[in-house]
Amino acid sequence: MLARRFGDFATAEDAVQEALLDAATQWPAQGLPDNPRGWLVQVAYRRMIELVRAETARREREDRAVRREPDLRRTAPAADESLATDRDDTLVLLFLCCHPTLSTASAIALTLRAVGGLSTAEIARAFLVPEATMAQRISRAKQRIQDSGVPFRLPDQRERQDRLAAVLHVLYLVFTEGHTASLGPDLRRVDLSEEAVRLTRAMHALLPDDSEVTGLLALMLLTDARAAARTGPSGELISLADQDRTRWDAAAIAEGIALVTRAMARGPVGPYQLQAAIAALHDEAPSAAQTDWPQILALYQVLERLSGNPVVALNRAVATAMVDGPEAGLAALATLAADPRLAGHHRLDAARAHLYEMAGDRERAVAHYRAAAGGTTSLPEQRYLTMRAARLAGGAVDSRP
Amino acid sequence: MKYMLLMQFSAAGTDFPSIDTWTPEEITAHIAFMREVNGKLSADGELVQAEGLAGPQQARIVRAGAGGAPVVTEGPFAETKEFLAGWWIVDCETPQRAVEIAAHISTAPGPGGRPLNMPIEVHPIMSAPPQEM
Repeated sequence: MLARRFGDFATAEDAVQEALLDAATQWPAQGLPDNPRGWLVQVAYRRMIELVRAETARREREDRAVRREPDLRRTAPAADESLATDRDDTLVLLFLCCHPTLSTASAIALTLRAVGGLSTAEIARAFLVPEATMAQRISRAKQRIQDSGVPFRLPDQRERQDRLAAVLHVLYLVFTEGHTASLGPDLRRVDLSEEAVRLTRAMHALLPDDSEVTGLLALMLLTDARAAARTGPSGELISLADQDRTRWDAAAIAEGIALVTRAMARGPVGPYQLQAAIAALHDEAPSAAQTDWPQILALYQVLERLSGNPVVALNRAVATAMVDGPEAGLAALATLAADPRLAGHHRLDAARAHLYEMAGDRERAVAHYRAAAGGTTSLPEQRYLTMRAARLAGGAVDSRP
Repeated sequence: MKYMLLMQFSAAGTDFPSIDTWTPEEITAHIAFMREVNGKLSADGELVQAEGLAGPQQARIVRAGAGGAPVVTEGPFAETKEFLAGWWIVDCETPQRAVEIAAHISTAPGPGGRPLNMPIEVHPIMSAPPQEM
């Protein structure tokens, strides 16, 4: 809102941060104001004017043009003024933070800072980089937006779909980053998955009729529902087939299924809805064996045509094995191995290992699990694959709980 | 003072089989030990950073060639069987304490639950100059 009025993103953000600080110190002592949001807006507005004044004074000293003078004559809005513009402002801010001129890493950092309201220190910890590095990443991103001269308004209809896809991609990456966090138990780390769900929920509230926004929210809920069962006591990954399904979050599953069902009925169907639908089929199944694999296979086939992503093709091959047996799956993988994007990729080895294990070819399975473990850059995944190899090599094939 | 502790494996310094040949229980015990080490160092305020490195087959050696263009070769690790598996950076009071931490990490359990007694290199990290020189 401030950014729109003043056209200055960085200063508006500082002003809001200061208003929040004021709130943190004043509210506990003086009690919550009648309209906390209006109070915040008003305080932020005053801070903004102070900041702009300070900035203006500095500029005058440096003999720069005083470009913001007219804004100073504005009056602050009444605290109870309608906040109908909030809706669009949050959306505009999201579009701005995920602007295609930014690198993905910058877009993620800026979104968490400006829309998510996380502190630079929190974001730095979440991504395990020094705070100074993250501060630099964020300020460069802001500078880049400023320099690019992107106006603070919603993108026009023509580019809207592409820009929306960029926003959804950033939110999806924040979510998956939360899922792959690896370094020990750090209680100070913010939960990035939760943050992504929160932001996507907000986005869904703003664009309730967009089926892909709904699909992404559903996908996050349906994936996150399994989070508690996904790792063991030592942080080791547990495969979907071996997870204790009683530990899945039934409420999140129900909400996710309702969302994806509604989205797909309305259409148009996109990749997030398809992935959510696949997740829903897994979540509904009482066990791996009782999963509706033919349906999953069909969904992967549609997704593959839609996205052309080779990793999707890998998953499709695994689903083929579940429907038609491991030999059919291995044959599908053999075709994929010719794709240069997959050659030498550890996921190909992992999929092969899995199917050889299904087929009872222990020796080949162990070799491929080890090759996959050597090729991954994810520590939990490396441990998982090493463990699978160890289990097979030791002959304890049926040691599953 | 900060120290870098390197978990460096070499044919000469290690006398245990590679981890992907251990039993599941042995691997679990090893991973649990490492998590405990990191958790403890973090709780004591001594942990700066700990990272595990991807497998040596993914490592590359880079030199600048003509005009500064990168010349990339695969690491010589396969032949020499020497590679860096991971590191810790700890911030502790005394050099003795850094040695103590390294010795504890060295006892990480391996096959049969016996301590690996693997070599851990302890390197003091250069710090900023003192106020007065």
